[in-house]
Amino acid sequence: MTALLSIENLSIALPRGADREHAAKHVSFSIDRGEVFCVVGESGSGKSLTAAAILGLLPPGVRASAGRILFEGQDLLTLSLPELRRISGKRIGMVFQDPMTALNPLHTVGSQVAEVFRIHTTLDRAEIADRVLDLLETMRLPEPRQIARAYPHELSGGQRQRCVIAMAMALEPALLIADEPTTALDVTTQAQILALIRDLQARRGMGVMFITHDFGVVAEVATRIAVMRQGEVVEQGDAQAILNQPRHPYSQALIAAMPALRPPPYQPSSAAPVLRVEGVHKTYRRRGRTVAALKDVSLTLRRGTTLGVVGESGSGKSTLARCLVKLVEPEQGAIRVLETDITRLSGSAWRAQTGRIQMVFQDPFTSLNPRRRVGDLVTQGIAMRGVRGADLKERARDLFRLVGLDPAAIDRFPHEFSGGQRQRIGLARALALEPDVLVADEPVSALDLSVQAQVLDLLAGLRRKLGLSMVFITHDLRVAAQVCDRVAIMQRGEVVEEGPAETLLTAPSHPYSRELLAAVPGRGWAGGA
Amino acid sequence: MRILRLVLRRLSLSIPCLGIILAVLFFLLQLAPGDAVDALIGQMGTSDDTLSKLLRSYYGLDGSVVAQFTGYLGRLVTLDLGLSVAYGTPVLALILERLPVTVVLMVTSMAMAFTAGCVVGVIAARYVHRWPDTIISVLGMLVYSMPSFWFGLMAIVLFAVTLGWLPAGGISDLRAGHTGLALMLDMAKHLVMPALTLGLIFFAVYLRVMRTAMLEVMTLDFMRTARAKGLQERAVLFRHALRNALLPMVTIAGLQASSMLGGAVVVESVFSLPGLGRLAQEAVVQRDLNMLLGITVMSSVLVIVVNLVIDIIYAKLDPRIDVGA
Repeated sequence: MTALLSIENLSIALPRGADREHAAKHVSFSIDRGEVFCVVGESGSGKSLTAAAILGLLPPGVRASAGRILFEGQDLLTLSLPELRRISGKRIGMVFQDPMTALNPLHTVGSQVAEVFRIHTTLDRAEIADRVLDLLETMRLPEPRQIARAYPHELSGGQRQRCVIAMAMALEPALLIADEPTTALDVTTQAQILALIRDLQARRGMGVMFITHDFGVVAEVATRIAVMRQGEVVEQGDAQAILNQPRHPYSQALIAAMPALRPPPYQPSSAAPVLRVEGVHKTYRRRGRTVAALKDVSLTLRRGTTLGVVGESGSGKSTLARCLVKLVEPEQGAIRVLETDITRLSGSAWRAQTGRIQMVFQDPFTSLNPRRRVGDLVTQGIAMRGVRGADLKERARDLFRLVGLDPAAIDRFPHEFSGGQRQRIGLARALALEPDVLVADEPVSALDLSVQAQVLDLLAGLRRKLGLSMVFITHDLRVAAQVCDRVAIMQRGEVVEEGPAETLLTAPSHPYSRELLAAVPGRGWAGGA
Repeated sequence: MRILRLVLRRLSLSIPCLGIILAVLFFLLQLAPGDAVDALIGQMGTSDDTLSKLLRSYYGLDGSVVAQFTGYLGRLVTLDLGLSVAYGTPVLALILERLPVTVVLMVTSMAMAFTAGCVVGVIAARYVHRWPDTIISVLGMLVYSMPSFWFGLMAIVLFAVTLGWLPAGGISDLRAGHTGLALMLDMAKHLVMPALTLGLIFFAVYLRVMRTAMLEVMTLDFMRTARAKGLQERAVLFRHALRNALLPMVTIAGLQASSMLGGAVVVESVFSLPGLGRLAQEAVVQRDLNMLLGITVMSSVLVIVVNLVIDIIYAKLDPRIDVGA
């Protein structure tokens, strides 16, 4: 029996002037009906472009230069665009990474789902409307009628992704291509979407090509795996075999870089508290509605320890981080750094104290001013305290050494650095003023797994060396297990549970903490360290 | 309901805005030496103090500046814009007589510029960096860099003088004495060149905005979703890209409504059209304060109305617009 989809020796050429010649080189694999085939790799591995090539969705200038893509025995690369489009959406469905942008903001989701029927079938309006409602119900969307009439911005990320999946599944395709379908979603939503895809796949017996960078997700869904690096498939085979005994060094490294969900044994600290958050409230008013972003939040951070603040989007964890560095003023409560309540400080008094609490931001690409040299960015805070000229340069070089960057690079601009390097620069900037408390807001969530591991290592090293006290905000329980001594779990503005990472991540007591822990993908898999 | 709230909100903001415009203009005109009566007396060639006093009290120019202003605002509420010093007739009547020409000129040139800009912009984006795009871009730049009065003059030379296809100026042929449909056709014929002249520069702007907006939209994720659904390329363009690309176009159209009014003054002069722009020009020369204020009120109202319409269109196009915020 022939495979459903078989990619043979596919090469994808990048336009001249790109950082390399091929996005994919001699890629071969095949996918059968009824299996979930995971393509795993980091950014730049060519996994998404390989998927895009199947439906002729390569960006302008990028083209498949060699090989064949056989779908049900037909080479898709030889088809004309109009012919290919007759297969797209009908025999092959596709789901994309970001449900926020994958839907047209100006049309209702119902009409966008209906469009698939309008293109490929001769059903009349009423029949299509019925089919759309059935479909939305199959996707386990509550109130399908209302959802169909809603615009994308009126739905949550999870609901939108269900609509995108509904679109892809509308005509029961033989093959579903899912390109990082859960990466942009919260962990509990991710678990639901994965369950949905698995369920649909089992019921309809279709083949699924699942692209992801997350081995946890792979462990949840895969029957077979291909690992890609820089355009080449380095290893492929049975899921269990690769997950548990990876043969290629790159697969081994990737799996090893995956933080384990097992926190190290808890070592209680008797050090004095360096940061105390006491009964902080913050409410946002929008369109007459009030949203309590923080409700009576109290936390304590002892010197030299790391406190993890874990929650999903909308839990208030980022608002908390902003309050800590006074970017947001809480209405009630106190935030004490040592003995100073920073909520009571005004302009100039706060500026004199800013060095005591510093922040590392999530996005290494937008958090550095692109027009200034990185050395200046790092030492700007020191310069404001009167250090000038050669001394300043020397400090910049010291800081670069501290975070593992080449000291000679201080005169470059941010765009000359990779994501991981930029995050190191952000860290150097935060450390320049030798803060008492470092607030890290999702510092590794925008990074590739291997880079994430390096940055986490760096943080651990700095913590030992400098005795850093850190508030570490994350949505990722695995990362929290790696770096935190204590963890606070937040939901809808409240801290529902706080305790040692070891207890909280193995035997949480609050139902929401348990739900969160159960949703971590690949929890059953022993992988990682 | 959503739209109604938007209209009310915008209107409530427009009224104070109108007041500020009036106040600034009123006091600015007071700074110029001499008033309408001085200009009038100058034309008569006498210097009779009692006459000028009489005239001042007749036109309400004898009180303090503040009293004059509050008096003006008071009358404005009853739609009384006062008497024109130069013409000796009510300002409102004069404006209403001239307004239709300007409005028709503006609306037709805006509609032409917008439609043509959309179509040509889409074509340029569809064939980006290929020869159709290059030709369109060069032409657009050429049109944009030419002053509109020069363009108008050249059009008169070519189409009116040399070829004799279209009339050189005016709004209708008085000698022919057309009525009804024939008159309308005649007026339309007179408006072709002015509207084209005024529209051309804006066309160049719309074309660039549309091209950029289309290119931007075409990189968005939902375009890929539309293709993955199996929509053919043409349908992707029209059903998904076009409406999204229209959003910045509509914004620009709103911003340019006022500069179009300014452009209308020039074009009316070139084609000797009896419009609002010409009236304003004469009012400045004759220090006809009442007239000038009246025209300002009218054009502010015009710009406010155009922007309101634009806002409604925008809210219709984009469901994300939150009118309450």
